[in-house]
Amino acid sequence: MRLISKLGLYVSALGLSSLGLSGLALAAQPKDGSIGFQEAATPVMERLVAFHNGPVMWIITAITIFVLALMIFIMVRFNEKANPVPSKTTHHVALEIAWTILPILILLGMVGPSMKLLYMQDRLPETEMTIKVTGNTWYWSYEYPEMADQVEAFDSLLLEKPDAKAAGKPYLLGTDAPLVVPVNTKVKVLVTSNNNLHSFAVPAFGVKMDAVPGRLNETWFEVLREGTFYGQCSELCGVKHAYMPIEVQAVSKSEFDKWVRNGGAFTTNTAQNSAAAASAAPK
Amino acid sequence: MAVIGADDTGYGHDDKPGFFARWFYSTNHKDIGTLYLIFAIFSGIVGGYLSFMMRLELGEPGVQIFEDLHTYNVFVSMHGLIMIFFMVMPAVIGGFGNWFVPIMIGAPDMAFPRMNNLSFWLLPVALICLLISFFVPGSASGNGFGGGWVMYPPLSTTGSPGPSFDFIIIGLLAAGFSSIFGAINFITTILNMRAPGMTIHKMPLFAWSVLVTAALLLLALPVLAAALFMLLTDRIEGGTGFFDPARGGDPEMFQHLFWFFGHPEVYIMILPAFGIVSHVVSTFSKKPIFGYLGMAYAMVAIGVVGFVVWAHHMYTVGMDVNLKAYFLAATLVIAVPTGVKIFSWLATMWGGSIRFTIPMMWAIAFIFLFVIGGVTGVVLANAGIDVALHDTYYVVAHFHYVLSMGAVFGIFCGFTYWFGKMFGVQYNKWLAGAHFWTFFIGVNLIFFPQHFLGMQGMPRRYVDYPEEFAYFNSISTMGAYLTLASVVLFFVWLAEALIVRRKVEDNYWGEGANTLEWTLSSPPPYHQFNQLPVIKDDDGH
Repeated sequence: MRLISKLGLYVSALGLSSLGLSGLALAAQPKDGSIGFQEAATPVMERLVAFHNGPVMWIITAITIFVLALMIFIMVRFNEKANPVPSKTTHHVALEIAWTILPILILLGMVGPSMKLLYMQDRLPETEMTIKVTGNTWYWSYEYPEMADQVEAFDSLLLEKPDAKAAGKPYLLGTDAPLVVPVNTKVKVLVTSNNNLHSFAVPAFGVKMDAVPGRLNETWFEVLREGTFYGQCSELCGVKHAYMPIEVQAVSKSEFDKWVRNGGAFTTNTAQNSAAAASAAPK
Repeated sequence: MAVIGADDTGYGHDDKPGFFARWFYSTNHKDIGTLYLIFAIFSGIVGGYLSFMMRLELGEPGVQIFEDLHTYNVFVSMHGLIMIFFMVMPAVIGGFGNWFVPIMIGAPDMAFPRMNNLSFWLLPVALICLLISFFVPGSASGNGFGGGWVMYPPLSTTGSPGPSFDFIIIGLLAAGFSSIFGAINFITTILNMRAPGMTIHKMPLFAWSVLVTAALLLLALPVLAAALFMLLTDRIEGGTGFFDPARGGDPEMFQHLFWFFGHPEVYIMILPAFGIVSHVVSTFSKKPIFGYLGMAYAMVAIGVVGFVVWAHHMYTVGMDVNLKAYFLAATLVIAVPTGVKIFSWLATMWGGSIRFTIPMMWAIAFIFLFVIGGVTGVVLANAGIDVALHDTYYVVAHFHYVLSMGAVFGIFCGFTYWFGKMFGVQYNKWLAGAHFWTFFIGVNLIFFPQHFLGMQGMPRRYVDYPEEFAYFNSISTMGAYLTLASVVLFFVWLAEALIVRRKVEDNYWGEGANTLEWTLSSPPPYHQFNQLPVIKDDDGH
């Protein structure tokens, strides 16, 4: 049985994760049974993963193991049989001060790098191009405002199961028209919505921004490698919330220029780029 | 003037009213407490059914049960609302609070017994409103409201035009008033009706926890009521536009109002459990609680800080970065008083003579699982990391570790601790032990793998998911089967205990159980403390 054969793997994987070396999934999409973040594809996500898998994971694992060890020790040493006469100690000023101050110091240590990550993620650098993302019920539309003469705004819809299979894309992640961006380019993303709340999320980019009607939220990413990256709507938006995936295809700058020149297609003879996307998708 | 003889009010006969008057007009705090507990068990079955169906659906990729996708969203939303407002809160505050706060502080009853009756009877009305909402049109997609327990507009205004959500608003307003009346009652009782000699700094920690909880309720619930009223008027054709950008409103304002209530709400659910666990740990370590004052004021601190951290639920809405930085720092602060509580419980056990009774096992499990839920809370407090985890299963895992394993373990802890005191009979410890172990393993199996799903990016409230998330979802659903079996075991031990009726003594836990309820008979007389107990100086802490 698949479950049982995998179990051994997970026991060892669990051990790794508690040491902060959590799952090194190599795909740009979720991987079954993986226990860590998806592999980072942007500088923000790289820093996020480093901060989480590094200091944060070490601290929370150490605290959890410390408490567990202490509890086990207490249960062994101070159970009714081992210690029939209970002590009457109810105060220890030094100890009480210690367990107040020590967590404060640990948290103070955490605040610095956490703020650094937050400001890096939130403060937009000088961006080189802009993409406008609009949430609809239930699909995403993308616009390239600076290239509006060449690339028309387009909708990106879920590929139904047979179509996804035919295109070689994962069902519920693959779309008929991915968002195409150049690599090594700082991209500003404007996010808004036409009706309900939605949230534009690409896990490998460390990007998640709510799409709110009447507001224009902005975030950014810089994709460091070519490939196809998947995300899903991350704010409950109604009946087909689970059916509006996000597919981002990162291509080289020259390839991207060609795509723009062709009016949003990799080859001149296909209106949509899905064929090109399909060939780029499988890894 | 009539003279009241000793016989008329004495312990000798309980002068209980007849069945209908006793259970329907009840003004007796113990009877109302029992009603609350029965109500919580009923709601728990409803809420548990909803979550079990969700887990069945998610057992494998594809749509198995909810061909009508809208119904899945309805189940998600109602599971949250029912478990929070109709299961956990009635159990810890209405149930144990009513039963034991007056007894622990040496009072004959609550300050406002008739308001207490009103507090309880508003709840069934509220629950009926919520249950009706299942069967009336919600949106174009079908019956019921599918906008999540957070009820964010525009999905809860233009997105759910049907009467279903109006029923929910009315129901939640009724539940909110119920809680506000309860809070007024508890605050008045605790501040004014403590027995002679019981200063506020000698009051048992459970009474402290309910006092802080009541203060939170009193301050947080009116904000929810206001937000619900604003939703209601926004929903009226040609009504207001508080949350409608087309008319100058802002949907995010609702989120701020909601979480200003919603964050204190999570402490409202967990603080009474803190109180219960403190008593259980102290009783079965046969030691007074360690660092009593620190324990009491840690709860006060959690309550106060709980009001200034709400927007950590909203890191991805597009807030100013400096605001996020503030909420990040403020949220981390909560870890400090929580740490004080954890370490004080361990220090109470340290040097003790520990008996591993059923309630003590629930308490020990509570402490450890709350630590896991707590440290993942620290992870989520980091606004930068939260961007990757917000609205994924990591968050689901986190809050079920603090609620499903925190608050609910606290409830079972209190129930097994006070069961004999409340009903005068004891349960079979093997059956209750089997219930504990299956529940412990079951819920961990459900929720631990969800951390991994969340880190891989699986979003919440999804009826179907890519095959890439199949493995841990299948484990999680296996845990749900085990938990279902465990719930059956709970009803088995409950029924067995009530049928076999093994009578218990006044203080059946013996040494270590030294709060006032253990000086009374089991069950306590219908009216206790005709002569108020006097607390001596060397008592307690």
